[in-house]
Amino acid sequence: MGVILEMENICKQFPGVLANDCICFSVNEGEVHALLGENGAGKSTLMNILCGLYKPTSGEIRLEGETVRFNSARDAMERGIGMVHQHFMLIPTMTVTENCLIGDKEGSSVKLDRKEAGRRLRELAERYGMEIDPDAVVGTLSVGEMQRVEIVKALFRGAKILILDEPTAVLTPQEARALFKMIRALTDHQFTVIFISHKLDEVKEISDRVTVLRQGTVVGTHDIDDCSIEDLARLMVGRDIYFDAVTRQQPIGDTLLDVNNLSLHREKSNDGKLLDDLTFEVHEGEILGIAGVDGNGQAELVECLTGIRKASSGEALYRGKNLLDLSTREIMSHDVSHIPQDRQKTGLVMPMTLVENFALQDYYKKSFGKSVFLDWSGVEERSTKLIQDFSIKTPSPYELAQNLSGGNQQKVVVAREISRQPQLLIAMHPTRGLDVGAVEYIHNQLIDQRDKGVGVVLVSTEMEEIMRLSDRIIVLYEGRAMGCVRPSETTVEEMGLMMGGRTLDDIRKGRVNGTPAEEKMM
Amino acid sequence: MKALFTTKMKTQGKAGAKQVLVSFGATVFALALGMLLIYAIGFDPFSAVVAMVDGAFGSKNAFGETLVKMTPLIFTGMSYALASRCGLTNLGMEGQLYMGALAGTATGVYVSGLPAALHLPLTILAGFLGGALWGLIAGALKVRFGASEIITTVMLNTIAISFIDYMVNGPMIEPPGINCQTQPVQSTAQLPNLISGTRAHWGFVIAIVFVVLFWLFLWRSKRGYEVRVAGLNLSAARYSGIHTDKNILLVMFLAGGLAGLAGCNEILGIQIRMIPEISPGYGFDGIAVSLIGNNTPFGIVIGALLFGAFRAGGNRMQIRAKVPNAIVSVVQALVIFAVVASQMLLDKWNEHQMKKMNRQESEVA
Repeated sequence: MGVILEMENICKQFPGVLANDCICFSVNEGEVHALLGENGAGKSTLMNILCGLYKPTSGEIRLEGETVRFNSARDAMERGIGMVHQHFMLIPTMTVTENCLIGDKEGSSVKLDRKEAGRRLRELAERYGMEIDPDAVVGTLSVGEMQRVEIVKALFRGAKILILDEPTAVLTPQEARALFKMIRALTDHQFTVIFISHKLDEVKEISDRVTVLRQGTVVGTHDIDDCSIEDLARLMVGRDIYFDAVTRQQPIGDTLLDVNNLSLHREKSNDGKLLDDLTFEVHEGEILGIAGVDGNGQAELVECLTGIRKASSGEALYRGKNLLDLSTREIMSHDVSHIPQDRQKTGLVMPMTLVENFALQDYYKKSFGKSVFLDWSGVEERSTKLIQDFSIKTPSPYELAQNLSGGNQQKVVVAREISRQPQLLIAMHPTRGLDVGAVEYIHNQLIDQRDKGVGVVLVSTEMEEIMRLSDRIIVLYEGRAMGCVRPSETTVEEMGLMMGGRTLDDIRKGRVNGTPAEEKMM
Repeated sequence: MKALFTTKMKTQGKAGAKQVLVSFGATVFALALGMLLIYAIGFDPFSAVVAMVDGAFGSKNAFGETLVKMTPLIFTGMSYALASRCGLTNLGMEGQLYMGALAGTATGVYVSGLPAALHLPLTILAGFLGGALWGLIAGALKVRFGASEIITTVMLNTIAISFIDYMVNGPMIEPPGINCQTQPVQSTAQLPNLISGTRAHWGFVIAIVFVVLFWLFLWRSKRGYEVRVAGLNLSAARYSGIHTDKNILLVMFLAGGLAGLAGCNEILGIQIRMIPEISPGYGFDGIAVSLIGNNTPFGIVIGALLFGAFRAGGNRMQIRAKVPNAIVSVVQALVIFAVVASQMLLDKWNEHQMKKMNRQESEVA
């Protein structure tokens, strides 16, 4: 099992972000090599470089000892590197065979040899234990089957190194099991698999070696047998989290929001749940942190609570009303504010002026104009005041939102939402992509709200943020709550385990019973 | 407060002036290119331009003719712009124009015994409703079935035009049925002349009134604000709880109504009766007018003036300078290209300037 692939000192600079910082990464032939890391650790960037979608700012890729340079995904494909993206690149109205033939290098002749291709596909599928009907129309397949098609497509085009980007994110546990079997069959035939994931159990189960990335750098590469799941959690979340425990001004108040058995099904109801039986409370004067790796149901939870999406079942009682039955407009008019996860896509109307953006949530109210017309001079006064109070840097209240820096854009959203004097504030990724100063500012605003007795739901993937601000933390994993902890009573490692799919009960029980894995770690 | 108002004027005024200047420059550039083209195919560009300007503005009659051509273009331009502000693409102005004309004609011909003060407004309202309901069909199809309004409006065009053919040749044909046209609308429903000795009629004034209403709706009313938010950012609209489906219905209704008024005014002011093919493409020129005007009220009037002048002056150019009228279409296309391209370049440039400014700012900080 020699080294098949080496990536040396790979750096990738995006405007404002160093996504990969001198990454060295080497893979042996025939192994399953896991790439583990949180969101934004640089996993996807690194793999996109490997499969030719991005060009590295500097660094070298060597395949079987030979330096290669990819200008496109096609170049990489020709050298036997195939990637299965998280979002499938398939044409739903075409058959499996036709999908595999798209961009096929041997398909240069005028006539498509569907029969021959179908035969080859069937052969490939059989050899590696995959059930695939080459003549099935892709749109009729289940998600798991589509993924299989993606894998076969890569093999069909001659991939020897297969990159799987969070392959289990869309699968049911049964499908995931089948996928693992498939991966084993492939590595038995000397294929190499790079497995991107943040799920610790999976990584432990399927991979031979693991490379952990954190904030664009490699933390280390280890044989999986040398690592316990706890080790992996610590490596992934890493850094000692220093949080200056924010002092509380007043005790936590009464229950404000009472969520019971909230569930949300996928569109096709048999594809599993996006939110699974969530039950929690938010109190007045409390910040409830919702932690977890991105895409584990946080966005859906917020959408359900704000009426943007209809929950499948459950209730969310707030002032005696069930929020799940109300429209967004009704919810927002009951002193609920929402700082959405994406200020540019949702929170602001970028080509509109700040004045117009400040009117977004309340323009229909009498205080914004008594008749059918908006009282723009009133809105302008309000805007000027907010711009001053929140020290938003802008040449004028009539500047377009798109011309402000990211920090100031977020301040506009925060100013608007807080100035509505909410009783319940739902904030999702409120500091994503901001510089230190702006982060500090927004944190203080959230704390301020809490001290005023507002119930705050803070959804974030930033560990420090969650640990520093929250009074209690719920960790979401695949739409389920892994546990609810107080920051002072938990450890980074425990958080990492929950984010990786262990329930709090399991973890704490494990500690008492002292399973082998735990012993090794201790 | 006063200081604020002036800063507002300054920033908005500056950006607006720049936009107008750039659009004007692009138009001049396109016209120059058009002259070069006329020269290239072997005609004298200067006499062509002189003939054109003369035909559009050279006399009272010529100017009146420009106003006549301008009027429907203002309406169809607004129709496209309104839908566009809501993020919709209304390509059905032609059909909505025909349905408005039909409804107006029917009311003008068959309702009798009313004084002009009642009959004329009623007829205009009918014209509005005719187009509005036709537009609403496309809106309803989109809301109910998710059908693309781009497709449905084009299909509805064909249906409307064929339907008018049928009505004019059948049920509404003028007795005894020799010419395929309807009876003339009653004098109480006709639009009075605006400038004596020309064909210019009060429809132009109505158009200008609607330009003001258009502005009031989009930039001053709460509903118009909703429409613009939804048009620019659907996700933000949903986040704020805006009922986007309701807005689609409303906007398609209003946009259809505006196009309907284009047809109705043309009947009540010029044709007096319904004939097949009353519109020489006013509906489609509305797209160009709105593009040139960048979906703004003032810009639409200017765009309509330009295209109205092209239509009015084109004939004179053909007669006097012997330049084929088809060249007018080419020049029109050049103008559209140049103006749209210049606006895109201006946006790019602004963006670039802003980035530079933000970078400097962060370096200072």
